[in-house]
Amino acid sequence: MTEVSATTQDRAAPHMTVSQTNVAIEVVGMHKWYADFHVLRDINLKVMEGERIVIAGPSGSGKSTLIRCINRLEEHQEGQIIVNGTELTADIKRIDEVRREVGMVFQHFNLFPHLTILQNLTLAPIWVRGIPKAEAEATAMHYLERVKIPEQANKFPGQLSGGQQQRVAIARSLCMQPKIMLFDEPTSALDPEMVKEVLEVMISLAEEGMTMICVTHEMGFARQVANRVIFMDQGQIIEQNEPEAFFSNPQHERTKLFLSQILH
Amino acid sequence: MTTLDTGPTTAPRPSFFNDPVVRGIVYQVLVAVLLVAFIVWIVGNTATNLAAQNKSTGFDFLWKTAGFDISFSLIPWTRASIYWEAFLVGITNTLLVAFVGIIAATILGFTIGIARLSSNFIVSSLATIYVETIRNIPLLLQLFFWYFAVLKAMPAVRDSIQLPLESFINQRGIFVPKPIPDPQFGFVWIGIALAIIGVIVLRTWAKRRLEATGKRFPVFLTSLAVLIAIPTIVWFASGASVEFEPPVLERFNFKGGLQLPPEFVALLFGLTIYTASFIAETVRGGIQAVSRGQTEAAMSLGLKEGDRLRLVIVPQAMRVIVPPLTSQYLNLTKNSSLGAAIGYPELVNVFSGTALNQTGRAIECIALTMLVYLTFSLLTSAIMNWYNARVSLVER
Ligand SMILES: Nc1ncnc2c1ncn2[C@@H]1O[C@H](COP(=O)(O)OP(=O)(O)OP(=O)(O)O)[C@@H](O)[C@H]1O
Ligand SMILES: [Mg+2]
Repeated sequence: MTEVSATTQDRAAPHMTVSQTNVAIEVVGMHKWYADFHVLRDINLKVMEGERIVIAGPSGSGKSTLIRCINRLEEHQEGQIIVNGTELTADIKRIDEVRREVGMVFQHFNLFPHLTILQNLTLAPIWVRGIPKAEAEATAMHYLERVKIPEQANKFPGQLSGGQQQRVAIARSLCMQPKIMLFDEPTSALDPEMVKEVLEVMISLAEEGMTMICVTHEMGFARQVANRVIFMDQGQIIEQNEPEAFFSNPQHERTKLFLSQILH
Repeated sequence: MTTLDTGPTTAPRPSFFNDPVVRGIVYQVLVAVLLVAFIVWIVGNTATNLAAQNKSTGFDFLWKTAGFDISFSLIPWTRASIYWEAFLVGITNTLLVAFVGIIAATILGFTIGIARLSSNFIVSSLATIYVETIRNIPLLLQLFFWYFAVLKAMPAVRDSIQLPLESFINQRGIFVPKPIPDPQFGFVWIGIALAIIGVIVLRTWAKRRLEATGKRFPVFLTSLAVLIAIPTIVWFASGASVEFEPPVLERFNFKGGLQLPPEFVALLFGLTIYTASFIAETVRGGIQAVSRGQTEAAMSLGLKEGDRLRLVIVPQAMRVIVPPLTSQYLNLTKNSSLGAAIGYPELVNVFSGTALNQTGRAIECIALTMLVYLTFSLLTSAIMNWYNARVSLVER
């Protein structure tokens, strides 16, 4: 686990405000199957604007599948998923609407290798949002500065380290000015020394009030920024609580077992 | 091992025969010497043999009258034509079947390659069966099939099978109406050229506008409209017309129209169908080489399906597809020499076959033929290297 510097920790808490009234994501009685395999069972989840959720759980418990349902990279078979007031159905228009407002960061970055960093960042703003190129580039440079690698703008993804690539991936999502960010184990493909630089970017996003759902095993990060930690096992949400209570006083046997394994 | 000395030290040089530089030079010199010795031997040997047989050598025969018939030619050919012209007839016939074959094989190959990835089980199975069957049957056998079993098995001329659009098929090939443009038709060509220029200007303008204002323009549809509209308007305005001269059955054969001889059709079919199966595999591999993650990243950025393909998937797949694709084009061109076996007058048939037999200038004829194929290969690989240098991914 990576310790995050004390200064960011001190800065963190005060600005983080969670809306009491505006719902960002609502999942109601959702089920998903892969053929006969019941991956997600009766998922109910409500995320308010500005809320930061960490999802933990053993491998294969359905964490990735759940967040991929939220931007319809996977389709669900039963129940409802409502994102920013738009219910996800097979309707392509709605799916596009949701995807424009929801950013996603993947374990393996998935940068476009044939485009420069700057082109990676401006592609969607130009083609999806219809923003003029010059403006899109200015925005891109702004976010590259935020993730502290403006000097890499004209390189190609293959020339960057893993940590740098993941920061570019975050910046690429931010260029679309999303209301919600989804992270699927963003640091688990990184060498230990690069984990910190990525977590710092994520923490500063949290400070600005971004609604976030992170699948991660970085429990230090969960403690520091999450409003709620959700524990999943075998396709179900087993337990959810505030980080302090979650770590110090887990209710379920399976949660205890899981925590004892990852916290040694 | 610990080093106490902190100053900069040079690594000890390896002994003379272990030095990679020395070894490299020694090997290269050795290979060069062997190669030169081999060439000297083979040239000397052949010269002696030819001298012993009292055969003359040289390229002077190229300007002598050939005196044989060629069944199919794009450029004027009579018995009085000279060998040099026979060489050109061979080259143009080879290029004709290669050019049409490459276009047809590309369209068929891409279609089948994409079909193999279809989520429809029947479509993908049919495509798989096609690829696995066709790839594994020798090309020469396929040519024999098309020539002897299909085209030569067609009815005799008087029982020709009528096809749509006043076309006929029989033992002597396929007969189609021949387009005869009137002189006014030149204006239509100018119109087509103008339309192409117009489309290029339009695309540049649309790209500039997108970059400047972010407004998208339906480039594809407008381009299509321009390409159709301008030539059509010119056509009517100039009053140009194209006559179609249909083939008419006379007593023994068709008169008029355009005859596609069975040798050409069989070779074209064989080359197209065979090469398409390899192109299909190349295309499938190229598309599959782009990881699922690329599509997912593009989706999660909100890019629509068309944009995802055009901006993310195709550019990456093409890098993988194009190099093997060009070598398939080259293969098709070289394989067209099998046309000699079914009597299509391509380069090998005409020049290293008939011309060689008549003149006995084996070395000269074969050397000239090889030179042509070598030129095709070198041109292709030059284009390929240029393309690769342009698109190669920058990696660490
Ligand atoms: N496309 C698929 N087809 C069939 N089964 C799948 C598919 N994708 C995932 N699964 C299965 O669904 C289950 C949940 O997968 P998921 O990737 O959501 O787990 P996870 O909690 O993210 O695990 P990890 O921590 O290893 O990433 C696993 O058992 C997996 O094998
Ligand atoms: Mg996962």
